[in-house]
Amino acid sequence: MSAASRAEAPAFVAKTKAGRITDFVDARVGGSGILREFGRKVFPDHWSFMFGEVALYSFVILLLSGTFLTFWFDPSMAETHYDGSYLPLKNVEMSVAYSSSLDISFDIRGGLFMRQVHHWAALLFVASIGVHMLRVFFTGAFRKPREMNWVVGSVLLILAMAAGFTGYSLPDDLLSGNGLRIIDGVIKSIPVVGTYTSFFLFGGEFPGTAVIGRLYMLHILLVPALILLMIVLHLFMVVVHKHTQYPGPGRNDGNVVGYPLGPVYAAKAGGFFFIVFGVVALMAAFFTINPIWNYGPYDPSPVSAGTQPDWYIGFVDGALRLMPGVIGDFHFEYVIFGYTLTLNVLLPALVPAGILFTVMFMYPWIESWITKDTREHHVLDRPRNAPTRTAIGVAGFVWYCVMWAAAGSDLIATHFHVSLNDVTYWLRALFFIGPVIAFIVAKRVALALQRKDREIALHGRETGRIVRLPHGEFIEVHAPLDEYKRYKLVGFESPSPLPAVPNDHGIVTRKEKQRAFLSKWFFEDRVAPATPAELEAAHGHHAPAVEAGEESKSLSH
Amino acid sequence: MGNHSDGSPNHSGTVATAGQNEVEKFQDPGIPPHRLRLADTDPKAAKRAERQVAVLFGASVVGTLIFLVAYFAIDLGEGTSIATIRLQNALLGVGTAFAMLGIGTGIVHWAKALMPDHEVSEERHPIRTEEDRLAAVRIVDDIVEETGIKRRPLIRNTLLGAMALAPLPAIAVFGDLGPRPDRALSHTMWAPQEGKLKRLTRDPDGTPIKASDVTIGSAFHVIPEGLNELHEGKLNEKAKAVVLLMRLDPASLNPSAGREDWSYNGIVAYSKICTHVGCPVALYEQQTHHLLCPCHQSTFDLTNECKVIFGPASRPLPQLPIAVDAEGYLVATSDFNEPVGPSYWERDEHERSIKS
Repeated sequence: MSAASRAEAPAFVAKTKAGRITDFVDARVGGSGILREFGRKVFPDHWSFMFGEVALYSFVILLLSGTFLTFWFDPSMAETHYDGSYLPLKNVEMSVAYSSSLDISFDIRGGLFMRQVHHWAALLFVASIGVHMLRVFFTGAFRKPREMNWVVGSVLLILAMAAGFTGYSLPDDLLSGNGLRIIDGVIKSIPVVGTYTSFFLFGGEFPGTAVIGRLYMLHILLVPALILLMIVLHLFMVVVHKHTQYPGPGRNDGNVVGYPLGPVYAAKAGGFFFIVFGVVALMAAFFTINPIWNYGPYDPSPVSAGTQPDWYIGFVDGALRLMPGVIGDFHFEYVIFGYTLTLNVLLPALVPAGILFTVMFMYPWIESWITKDTREHHVLDRPRNAPTRTAIGVAGFVWYCVMWAAAGSDLIATHFHVSLNDVTYWLRALFFIGPVIAFIVAKRVALALQRKDREIALHGRETGRIVRLPHGEFIEVHAPLDEYKRYKLVGFESPSPLPAVPNDHGIVTRKEKQRAFLSKWFFEDRVAPATPAELEAAHGHHAPAVEAGEESKSLSH
Repeated sequence: MGNHSDGSPNHSGTVATAGQNEVEKFQDPGIPPHRLRLADTDPKAAKRAERQVAVLFGASVVGTLIFLVAYFAIDLGEGTSIATIRLQNALLGVGTAFAMLGIGTGIVHWAKALMPDHEVSEERHPIRTEEDRLAAVRIVDDIVEETGIKRRPLIRNTLLGAMALAPLPAIAVFGDLGPRPDRALSHTMWAPQEGKLKRLTRDPDGTPIKASDVTIGSAFHVIPEGLNELHEGKLNEKAKAVVLLMRLDPASLNPSAGREDWSYNGIVAYSKICTHVGCPVALYEQQTHHLLCPCHQSTFDLTNECKVIFGPASRPLPQLPIAVDAEGYLVATSDFNEPVGPSYWERDEHERSIKS
């Protein structure tokens, strides 16, 4: 279209209004190539693909509501006396930041609603990124060629948490102030540079008068700009790679099966934005989040019991709680060359999060090294068909959840009327054995599900119809699957362990031996997909039997 | 089938079947046949779906109106009750929710019921062609070759050196973000000023506490005299100086050598700032004489100079040495003789210099 309209202008005349607009734009900026490429681009459809969309839309909602809040929020830590319409805090000494947050809540129409929308959307943003990453992990979507997009996504998770934390601290209320106090304690535990870092962040001693303004700059400029940049990269790579698809009939690594972008997919995705916004608005209307007026202004002296950080910081806080400061007579804080090393803070604050994020960033390469799988994958794995990966993911998830639960150890104790110390002891034990149990159980469940799939593929599904045979036996009739449903159950790969191979010099290196060991660990327990020969055997075996009996008797096979 | 005794050689696994894997696999039957929806075949159903979509869009209009009415009809200002704010918040939220959900569900319903739902298959093209890749590699090689960077290591090495150092100013300009820590963390407001001992006063009003006011079993939240009069850095001083004051049976205290005279008649004062990460240790369990930090549950035993008995803290809470002045008010005889609050790298050095 573009070549024609440019070379011989009168030759092309659009017949519809939409066509004329398209032509107008195209003649000036040349977008027809892009439209041709993307207008009908095929997107696979699955409910689990929506989590990433939820994250994207939450971010848009955050930008909209956040912009509104900046018009009234004043990030100053100067002292003032409250003079707004919330009577319980009348004339109370507080920072301007806290006072302006109260004004947004009580004196600006829609301000409280916007604050609630902003906070709920922030919680949803981090949560949806987390769930989206779990989906990507368990379905193996991070495999070649998408490893770098997995890394970009992981960076987005960290940035989302950073955005959340910097924003959470801005109102300068008692709860967030105590959160900053904990951050200060953690920073001070860093060897050599910790004290300096703390003084530089707070502009002197804690709490100082600088930190809110600095966090504000990070929160409204630097972090969102980085998030935006990463989202652009993320979506660009989605376009380059095209979306993955779930396995099923007609789907393979060489094609994309789904709906065209225009109109169906665009309508669904676009409509979904409004649905996410609507749900966030409902939450903001009816569920109070962060009622800062109940907490009062920050003061280093009081603290309320049972307080919680925002959920995504919980796992670090929980790790801090789980770490014992003293075991027997051994103190985790000791003096080394005249300097204080406070491992009871440093270890729980940095090590679990460090392990989680390092493994997360490196996992695509770890797995492809073990499996020697360098092919491109565009068809996803059903989690059960990659039992060891699924087990690794569940183990990591359980580990995270144990730490997260520990952040509520006091609430668990008061709600269930158990001893706080016992809750902590149990969680300490689960911190170590929880992931191991989770790994074993998840792997067994995955293998069992695979066997079940095999059973169904070969012998059909249970119909619930009980039939009595002439000789008195009761059997349940099994209905054979159609070939499409069957293909979904049998169309997967089940690699076997790759033994160590000598290199060019004929030597089996130690690294290769380790790889072979891990490969064995990864693929040793496997269930092979059912084959046509097996299906033939399952049926042919009973060929002479009556029709109903044929299907049913295969049960005993 | 793995049973060697009853299978043919092929089935028993004793005969190699390499290369036959493709045959043994189920073949892809292709995309399942498209199934028509009700709206595709029945014009009535299509019309019904059309009306449903229109109703949803109409609901959105109603939501927008609810929002506008709630915004303009309810005014906030001096003396607005919490109930009014809550009502407005709920109405604004419901209005927005209707406005958004109406549009969203309407579009999705439209797409699902009326737009074509044929699944189509599109070829995946390789991310790049082999030809492009070779050309790209050649271009990069040519560029590197033309710069001559490999042949002239002097240029390369000096460039690397310059590039490595150049960002240093970008780090250095942040040097004024805060002052040097020096000894700021090692002292608090409790240090006697010009020979005058500081009184223990109530938090937050700053009234002094008489020893006779402190009955057995009671606890006071304490700030140093003069804190409330500070104009600058009040919170900074408070963050280090807050103290918990309790009175126990003197017999239950077990002071170590040199700390016998730090308490008065069973009255003891300890720093309220947790030695873990600095939360206020605000909970006093009167029966067990334990202090509990609500943030991370570090528990300190008052009868044993606040030794850690549970939780993540590793050091006892610092004790403030106290006495009674001529008028019967409690005073601090000196500053804490160790830094208060969470540990930091230079802490031991500071502690040693305080003690010497």
